[in-house]
Amino acid sequence: MAALIEATALRKTFGAITAVDGISLSVRKGEVLGFLGPNGAGKSTTMKMITGFLEPDAGSARICGHDVLEEPKAAKAKLGYLPEGAPAYGDMTPATFLRFIAEIRGFEGNDIKSRVIAAISRAGLDSVVDQRIETLSKGYKRRVGIAQAILHDPPVLIMDEPTDGLDPNQKHHVRELIREMAPHKAIIVSTHILEEVEAVCTRAVVIAKGRIVADGTAEDLLRRAPTHGAVTLRVLQADAERIAKTLADLASVARVETTAEPDGRSLIRALPKADAAPAKAIGDLLRRESLSFEEIYVERGKLDDVFREITTSTQA
Amino acid sequence: MRDTLKTAYIIARREFAAYFATPLAAVFLTIFVAATGAFAFYIGGFFERGQANLFAFFAYHPWLYLLLVPAVAMRLWAEERKSGTIELLMTLPVSPTEAILGKFAAAWAFIGLALILTFPMWITVNILGNPDNGVILTSYIGSFLVAGAFLAIGSFISALTKNQVIAFILSATICFLFLTSGMELVQNVLRSWTPRIVSDAVASMSFLSHYEEITRGVIGLDSIVFFASLIVFALFANAIAVSQKKSA
Ligand SMILES: Nc1ncnc2c1ncn2[C@@H]1O[C@H](COP(=O)(O)OP(=O)(O)OP(=O)(O)O)[C@@H](O)[C@H]1O
Ligand SMILES: [Mg+2]
Repeated sequence: MAALIEATALRKTFGAITAVDGISLSVRKGEVLGFLGPNGAGKSTTMKMITGFLEPDAGSARICGHDVLEEPKAAKAKLGYLPEGAPAYGDMTPATFLRFIAEIRGFEGNDIKSRVIAAISRAGLDSVVDQRIETLSKGYKRRVGIAQAILHDPPVLIMDEPTDGLDPNQKHHVRELIREMAPHKAIIVSTHILEEVEAVCTRAVVIAKGRIVADGTAEDLLRRAPTHGAVTLRVLQADAERIAKTLADLASVARVETTAEPDGRSLIRALPKADAAPAKAIGDLLRRESLSFEEIYVERGKLDDVFREITTSTQA
Repeated sequence: MRDTLKTAYIIARREFAAYFATPLAAVFLTIFVAATGAFAFYIGGFFERGQANLFAFFAYHPWLYLLLVPAVAMRLWAEERKSGTIELLMTLPVSPTEAILGKFAAAWAFIGLALILTFPMWITVNILGNPDNGVILTSYIGSFLVAGAFLAIGSFISALTKNQVIAFILSATICFLFLTSGMELVQNVLRSWTPRIVSDAVASMSFLSHYEEITRGVIGLDSIVFFASLIVFALFANAIAVSQKKSA
């Protein structure tokens, strides 16, 4: 199946700043791509080019096969877009604003009403439909932006920080919404919230300084964490030294840390060598040597650590 | 084409309503009606002339437009850029042409409404005497055309900046130059250092000469062509400005 979103070698400079430096992406139906990167990495700029708002200096973008600059109307008809900061006409109410969007999207008659009602309820706007948008709280403004983007049930959805400024309940609600729509759409969401990637994204792309520095599932990213696959054991203090020594001898273990606990137990943490997964070897060893322990767990690593590492170390 | 008009119409309706969402509409309409009347009575000597016509009334429209039209036009694009809604608008299935036409039409209709609200003048003059209503009609059309030309210029300037104050000052200045380019003062300066052909060309761009012709009851083809091509040209420049300067 062809990709619904296809960006090829996008590049954009603003004067001396190279905001985007050769980014290619393709997103298929059913995929939710989490777009990550530090502030100023070029996420928003990339999205602006994919949606056809900004003209790239080089490269091209297609939505459902339509080049966004050559067939803008066809491409934009298939696109739902939440721009950064969720801009909307402040002098309108959510009801009149969404009505305007529905008309522009070509709906007529009763369809306008049903689309607007559906978008309002999906975005949880019922309580503020007749309040001027400029007087809404930040979170509600964001919801208006989301409602506008999903109103026409587009096959391609691009959202720049959709959960920014939402309360935890609403964040959860938006993630549910994305998950629910995911099977039928190609979706890109940018975010600074790394749990979001694990919660909703089928794939994560990390960019730094305008270039892609990682592309894979959340699991792939986690594998790059220094603590990914580290094994921690809780043992009696008396056994600690012996066990730590045995573990340190394993080929897949880089280093062993022991910390004494006040209750007479010790925590032994075996950190893996690069790309090694010592869990199985450790399990076998414990069984073979009949070493006793009270607890054992394998760490998955933290996305935050991975994020920090790849966005700061990869490039000078 | 039908789609273009329909989309432009949807945008125009939204824009038109937007004028009424703020006090701008009330302020503008009140000032326009009051000022056109005041100019006609106090400066134009409407009664003293002892004639049943609206020359005194129409004579001051272009000067009033100089202030009021840039005020209507300045928000058209500058506000979209400032608030970021231009990103929303330009990623909807809307072409720049449709957006420009829609916005321009809304603003022009708004000024048209202001003109219509001056109807008490027309009633007054008809009660007082037997004016040539044909001339009054062409004058209204001429006034509307001048407003349209100012507006197109203002819309273009508005697309060049995020700052509404700058948009206002620039468009008022440019409109002033267009308005006065046929006047003796300007012409004398021009003739002293440019060839005849240039000063004549500039004179032919003058809104005032065309407008005065129309208010005398003659809608010449040249005036229509002049205002129409000026509007088309300014809106065309507007389209280029919108697509070139969307984000910066
Ligand atoms: N219109 C503009 N003019 C000049 N520079 C710009 C413009 N837009 C973006 N930039 C620059 O391009 C770079 C990338 O910005 P962009 O907004 O794409 O980052 P981002 O990844 O979305 O950041 P954030 O996480 O803070 O939203 C930044 O250095 C920014 O200053
Ligand atoms: Mg951004």
